[in-house]
Amino acid sequence: MPDELLEIEARGSSSPAEALDALFHDQRTDELADQRVRVELRRQIGALERQLGELFASAFPRQGLDWSVGAVGGPRVLGIAELERVRDALAVRLREAQAELGRRGEAEEANRGLLESMILDPRGHRWVRISAEDIGEPMCRHWHARPRWGILGMLMGWWRVKLSSGCPLAKGRRAPEQETQEASPTSPGG
Amino acid sequence: MSEALAEAGWVSAELRDEFPGLALRYVMVDRGSGRTPRGVKERLARLSDRFAGPQAINLRHQPIPWAYRVFYRHIGLDPDEQHTPVEAVALERMKKGGFVSQNLLDDALTIGIIESSVALRAFDADRVEGRIGIRQTQPGEPLEGRPGALPEGTLVIADEARPLALLFGAVGAGRGVTPRTKRTTLVAVQVQGVPDVAVEEALWLAADVLRAG
Repeated sequence: MPDELLEIEARGSSSPAEALDALFHDQRTDELADQRVRVELRRQIGALERQLGELFASAFPRQGLDWSVGAVGGPRVLGIAELERVRDALAVRLREAQAELGRRGEAEEANRGLLESMILDPRGHRWVRISAEDIGEPMCRHWHARPRWGILGMLMGWWRVKLSSGCPLAKGRRAPEQETQEASPTSPGG
Repeated sequence: MSEALAEAGWVSAELRDEFPGLALRYVMVDRGSGRTPRGVKERLARLSDRFAGPQAINLRHQPIPWAYRVFYRHIGLDPDEQHTPVEAVALERMKKGGFVSQNLLDDALTIGIIESSVALRAFDADRVEGRIGIRQTQPGEPLEGRPGALPEGTLVIADEARPLALLFGAVGAGRGVTPRTKRTTLVAVQVQGVPDVAVEEALWLAADVLRAG
């Protein structure tokens, strides 16, 4: 006989049928309480996932941030302990990503200040090179403090900030115009 | 939907209690896959132009893709390891520079998924017995083509006889669409936060492309 039943019988306050009813009622109450906890944990996971998604979008184009949280294994209905593990992992990942973005934000702000002073005084920032990535912007362009007209400019102190032309084309150069026309079907009007 | 309305699949009672909003809808199309016609290829190309990097970056905090990501977390999957259907399609778009045409069924699913963000699957309708639904596996229950039994309680898409596929995972051997398939069952898995209209739209879009092919 289960321990719970023995305890109920020992109390002697009710019949066996009532004791069983009370036991099942308690179990049902526990199940409902567990389910409520799982619902709440799922709500928290949803909220954390939303915050992480927003942070992911706002972090672009910064590279190298770790967004992985890891799986507890599924697909299946997770228990309270597993849901807690997922929630905690999400919270840790969110906090770490926020901290890393904060650190990078400070560095980018400092680099933006340096870029402004470099543009105002290229001579005082000789050979300094700042990329778009350094200031948290997309693209591949960079700013470079270099002398105008090479050696002559260097000797004469003619310094300027040169902005590079950006990223190379993804698909290479366009086909020659003549070949494109030959390949395309003849238009009705032509 | 012009030929057949989407039918509501069943969800086992314990899963209904645990995941309110989890649902499955499906529609049957009287054809299998095949070569993709020019019109569908052009449609994919137009879709590729509309769907670029910014859309992919912002995908995960849009309501429907977010709802699937959250559900993945709820059932123990990591959506960054095992991508949600819409994120998987978007990732392919980014890697290949466009939605590359594969075959009529895959192209229909791509169009349906990317336009609606809803998770779509397809099965060979002649290998499905009875109505389709979502349930947990019983002890010792296998998924055809996989060695051994599935762990008890695994979430599966099943017909009235056996599991057809893992929920958001592998399809049982012989239950998917092959070149010999004559009729296709398109299935949409709905989770909490995904509106009914999006599910209907996803099925309608995919079925329409498949029928027109």
